[in-house]
Amino acid sequence: MTAATGLVDRRDVSRIPARLAGVVEFLRMMSRKPVGLIGLIGVLFFLFLAYVAPLIVPLQDQVDVTAIYAKPSWTHPLGTDFQGRDVVNQIVFGGGDIITTAILAALFSTLIAITFGSIAATVGGRLDQIILAITDVALTIPQLILLIVIAAIFRPSSFFALAVILALLQWPALLRQIRAQVLSLKERDFVEAARSLDLGLLHIIFREMLPNMRSYIVIHFIIAMTLAIYAQAAIMFLGLVPLSGKNWAIMLYFAYNQGALFFKDSFFYLMGPIMAIALFQLSLVWLASGLEDVFNPRLRN
Amino acid sequence: MATITPAQGELQVRTLQRSPLSQVRGHLGGLWGRPITQAIAKAFLTIFVTSTITFVLIRLMPGSPVEIKIDELMQQSQISYAEAAAQASGLFDINLNAPIQDQYLEYLGNLVHGNLGNSFLSRGTTVMSIILSVLPWTLFAVGTGLLLSFVVGIALGLVAAYRRNSLLDHTVSTGGSIISSIPGYLIALLIVLIFGIQLRWIPITQMRGAFSPGITPGFSPAFIGDILFHASLPITVFFLTHIGLWILSMRSATLAALEEDHVTVARARGLTDFRITTAYVGRNAVLPLVSQFAIAAGAVVGGAVIIEQIFVYQGVGLRLVASVNQRDYPLMQGIILMTTVCVIIANLVADLLYSKLDPRIGRAGGATGK
Repeated sequence: MTAATGLVDRRDVSRIPARLAGVVEFLRMMSRKPVGLIGLIGVLFFLFLAYVAPLIVPLQDQVDVTAIYAKPSWTHPLGTDFQGRDVVNQIVFGGGDIITTAILAALFSTLIAITFGSIAATVGGRLDQIILAITDVALTIPQLILLIVIAAIFRPSSFFALAVILALLQWPALLRQIRAQVLSLKERDFVEAARSLDLGLLHIIFREMLPNMRSYIVIHFIIAMTLAIYAQAAIMFLGLVPLSGKNWAIMLYFAYNQGALFFKDSFFYLMGPIMAIALFQLSLVWLASGLEDVFNPRLRN
Repeated sequence: MATITPAQGELQVRTLQRSPLSQVRGHLGGLWGRPITQAIAKAFLTIFVTSTITFVLIRLMPGSPVEIKIDELMQQSQISYAEAAAQASGLFDINLNAPIQDQYLEYLGNLVHGNLGNSFLSRGTTVMSIILSVLPWTLFAVGTGLLLSFVVGIALGLVAAYRRNSLLDHTVSTGGSIISSIPGYLIALLIVLIFGIQLRWIPITQMRGAFSPGITPGFSPAFIGDILFHASLPITVFFLTHIGLWILSMRSATLAALEEDHVTVARARGLTDFRITTAYVGRNAVLPLVSQFAIAAGAVVGGAVIIEQIFVYQGVGLRLVASVNQRDYPLMQGIILMTTVCVIIANLVADLLYSKLDPRIGRAGGATGK
């Protein structure tokens, strides 16, 4: 069965342009493992929900006192909140900020980790030891506790500021892994050749080594996104981010603080954001594990 | 690896013999080479850096809590900046008139004596006494949940690896990856929502706090049972959020260990399956997980904050959120420091355990190749 579909796909590949062929080949490899494919579909679904759907669906945020904690129905498929507003509508409009912050935080932390991780590994010596020591210390401090205190002191009022704070806290684990990768790449012949040509540190890091770690970085970017979502939803749930507006975690904060947790009718109101965050996290993790199989042929059996 | 020629070696020996100071350094060097010394030195460095970070956060940042407090005091009681600063320095246990480096040194000196200052809200209560009254509950719940998940997860991961690609393997691995990717606080909310409110199987309001109000603390079965009753929900969440990690790690570690030649040789020698599983496969597979355990301990102490909030469990996390809402900065500072110390101790224990379990590590001379 799999062999047959594989044949069909291969015939298709020969007919379509090279750029698309790569995409088709990628999808074919992803579809070998259902977990990765489900993750990819899930992530695409949530990206669509967060960035495209708000352009199509009208925003409904008018308070309706006649429909507080309404049960699921055709007009409100997941019921309504404590002010009678539609839950599905809030889910649609509440994803963009969280996902954008997660992407920004992952971007910044990956940049920090790549820059200092590769410098530590290529320069070596004392600088390497200093960077490693800082990383070890940063790994030891319970990050969520530090994040809560920092958020309480600075009250980040924009998603950009929040992303920067998140990034400043979550780079250490990635840095150690990048450093280990660079250390092993450093011994390869092509890096040796670049060094003997005196191409400079920046050229060696960005032109010779990074392209070889691309797949690795993509996977860790996704993992960094899950960490950022975990942390930001946590502090939003505690009400430490003075951000108004709708997003999944702030929905949870309102639900919890309005006592919705203890109303039997508000089950779907709470399940909406819980499921949105949980499923998006799961999709990201599964996408990362599917990509790992695609990129690392040794894991395929 | 730098190779030393005999001539160089001789030179080194001669210089060592010549100076008494370098002999001392030689002894210290021997001590320094031992992993435990390095680990302890690293621990102190971490505590020092963490305390510096909290000092900078509380004292130096623009719009720092001290400045905010001074402004607050000026507005509240219509006093001059100097008076307000004097009051604030009493509150923070910092002499605001002294140069910043003196303030820093005094702060460090207080830390060495275990003095973390006084709580803002309850005057006269030291931060240390507050933390010591809540920290044990968190450590108890977190520790129990983590250990349970470690033991059960390792067993499940081992079985899944042995029955590779069976239905059991697929169920356990998929279940593990699902449950480990859902944030713990969402699992806690789901437990309250489904089992506490909708089905009413769990009396969640009675389970609040660390123990029931009327009961006398002590080593009685009733008290221990009561503690477990109150801690059971946090423990369940810590268990659920971490079991997936252990299952997946143990499964892949076991699969790798099964490929090793010495396992094939052990089979050929006709050893029993049980002996192969425990001594040859399991022991090697578990090793990398021990250091992972220490890392998880750090993360779970942080994650406990929101879980304790949801279950209203009287641990350090509930206290942290309260201190944040009341802007009780000395308490926040103390909680960061003390939880970091807990993580450091967990790391030290893991390091020691690791060198006990793996005889290849920890022999003098840095055989680890670090």
